[in-house]
Amino acid sequence: MFAAETELKEDPRLQAIFEAIRVIPNFPKPGIMFQDITTLLLNHKVFKDTVDMFVDRYRDMDISVVAGVEARGFMFGPSIALAIGAKFVPLRKPKKLPGEVISEAYELEYGTDCLEMHVGAVQPGERAVVIDDLVATGGTLSAAIKLLERVGAEVAECACVIGLPQFKVKLDSVYMLVFHLPFNQILTIYLFFG
Amino acid sequence: MGLIAGIMFQDITTLLLAPNAFKDTIDLFVERYKNKNISVVAGIEARGFIFGPPIALAIGAKFVPLRKPRKLPGEVMSEEYILEYGSDCLEMHIGAVEQGERALVVDDLIATGGTLCAAMKLLERAGAEVVECACLIELPDLKGRERLNGKPLYVLVESH
Repeated sequence: MFAAETELKEDPRLQAIFEAIRVIPNFPKPGIMFQDITTLLLNHKVFKDTVDMFVDRYRDMDISVVAGVEARGFMFGPSIALAIGAKFVPLRKPKKLPGEVISEAYELEYGTDCLEMHVGAVQPGERAVVIDDLVATGGTLSAAIKLLERVGAEVAECACVIGLPQFKVKLDSVYMLVFHLPFNQILTIYLFFG
Repeated sequence: MGLIAGIMFQDITTLLLAPNAFKDTIDLFVERYKNKNISVVAGIEARGFIFGPPIALAIGAKFVPLRKPRKLPGEVMSEEYILEYGSDCLEMHIGAVEQGERALVVDDLIATGGTLCAAMKLLERAGAEVVECACLIELPDLKGRERLNGKPLYVLVESH
């Protein structure tokens, strides 16, 4: 669900967060409208508001684990973890984490990739939030959820700054602050609905 | 710590699993930098992204990610640095940092100092003044401190 669908609907912070995100056309390849959150990180107030909105949501949900997806999930996750008293667990690309890891493969548009988590980082019964900057198809988040569930944790919710629904995979418990629709999809919807 | 093919890997992830210790770590850096008029915290990919943002948020600075090639979209500046075998490259967004800003560079660890040196060069090329480099761990035997062109380095822990 989007923050705008909750009691935060009129919250002015959401508009500022939306405006702080820069869209770069044709990156990393032609046809992709890249949602760049680095401009948000340059604006201290908006960055703080972004973190605060997640902290406000999760502080009373008994969350003991914030799992951040490499690498942009690392930019938001630790601050949230620190504020709610949870541990931070990095979910990384293959061969980055030293020691014993568990791996979960997921589909890309072409081929597959893999997400890894340290064995022993998370205990059975812990409640976790997964954080990333953006959700599109949900493939990465699904892999993250599986890693946590495999070690017996409960994923309370996934949290992303930006939701880019690709109309392929729907994740029920994803909480997104702002909505960005790529221009070509606006056109598709318009044509579809006449 | 882990032993991989002769390299003692300093694994900071266990620190992140202890909320009080992680918070204390951040607080130590925040105490040191909060009254130094620092407007930029630059974090080196990827573990610098874990420590940099909480520091930036606490001291009122912006956070600037310094990334491996082709990760940052849009216009970037690049700085090459030497590895044991070959070279690598660090990138920063053009326009992220303005002339005259005071900057802190953050990474989890300093070894040979190559990455930190490249980070400092990027910031200086953009016209910023690097006030200090901050790391959790230093491997002093690798003499990274000497590669920082006299810039101060602040570390919490030394590991031999």
